[in-house]
Amino acid sequence: MKEYLFKYTLHLADNALILGHRNSEWCGHGPALEQDIAITNISLDLIGQARNFFQYAAQLKGNDASEDSLAYLRDARNFTNCLLTEQENGDWGKTILRQFFMSNYQYVLYEQLQETNNEQIAAISAKALKEVTYHLKWSSEWVIRLGDGTAESQARMLKALNDLWSYTGELFIPAPYEQEAAEKGDAPNMPELKAKWLNTLTSVFEEAKLPVPPEGFSQTGGKTGIHTEHLGYILADMQYLQRTYPNSKW
Amino acid sequence: MNQKILDILAQIPDPEVPVLSVLDLGIIRDVVEHDHTTEIIITPTYTGCPAMDAIATNIRMEMAANGYGQVKITTVLSPAWTTDWMSEEGKQKLKAYGIAPPLPKQQACKSELFAEETVPCPHCNSYHTSRISEFGSTACKALYQCQDCKEPFDYFKCH
Repeated sequence: MKEYLFKYTLHLADNALILGHRNSEWCGHGPALEQDIAITNISLDLIGQARNFFQYAAQLKGNDASEDSLAYLRDARNFTNCLLTEQENGDWGKTILRQFFMSNYQYVLYEQLQETNNEQIAAISAKALKEVTYHLKWSSEWVIRLGDGTAESQARMLKALNDLWSYTGELFIPAPYEQEAAEKGDAPNMPELKAKWLNTLTSVFEEAKLPVPPEGFSQTGGKTGIHTEHLGYILADMQYLQRTYPNSKW
Repeated sequence: MNQKILDILAQIPDPEVPVLSVLDLGIIRDVVEHDHTTEIIITPTYTGCPAMDAIATNIRMEMAANGYGQVKITTVLSPAWTTDWMSEEGKQKLKAYGIAPPLPKQQACKSELFAEETVPCPHCNSYHTSRISEFGSTACKALYQCQDCKEPFDYFKCH
């Protein structure tokens, strides 16, 4: 088994799963029915993407690994999602901004990954890209609506930006397995991704009348299993059933 | 593909949009007959579509009812499903059911931001409609409202 490929696939799965799980916490609590439906639809897409990556990772790992064992039976130290995905939902503005950062990232990432040498990752990415296109449109429109909205909505967006910005740098700081995947042609080149990401962000922020913060200190660690205090709570919630009643099925 | 098998598949409805058969939806990619098994190759509409498991089960049951006991269902991801694979007949059925059918991909499925699709109302055919939400009651639909007849409607969004 190619160790770097397994780790890279798992990282892609973890990003989608944890973000999807976070968004799903809005189910039944959205600010309006249509938006409640929108954010849960996005969760569903993300969890679907996570399943595809987990299935591939399980296939790479072999033995009795399965999508379920990878999602439900690993501890926080073995999850390699970016710290941004596990941040708390906060208010609607913070959730929207987190989604915009991630959708913008997943868009540029999958756009490149659909051309990768690895057929399975390319196929999942091509499929996911279609879904992420809608997520990016939706979250961009919301960033603009709230940023260029009322004094209250703008103040909240600025606060969200302040809370989340230091977690965005990690997206583009490659972990050893990403570095190796990029060298083998299985993952894209990071500086190129970052330039595209920043380009979209700048044009959306301009319309939203939000400042693009300068690059500064980046919170890192998620990609190698060192998480913020929030991940443990997510896993406790998500894994409870499988841990308490092992192998239970619907 | 074997016409007899296609006729069976044409009888299996999509669990969420029952007016469409799995064949209309364009998710059946191939039917391969091996010595003792029939392999049906399907592709998901959306990665998280919860109907896929139900569809696989329904295909197995319907095939068994028609004497095909050994059926293998294989899921492929590539090439990725597109609404352009939906049959013309399927699009007409959707419209009659009150869901605006997907517009052709080249015309409307733009990836750029803020590009809005002009979707005709399935009830009164007016183009004077507006989008309420990019996401509707299922992953594959968006929510629109007609400004003329005032009726809200689902749009099977292009993908």
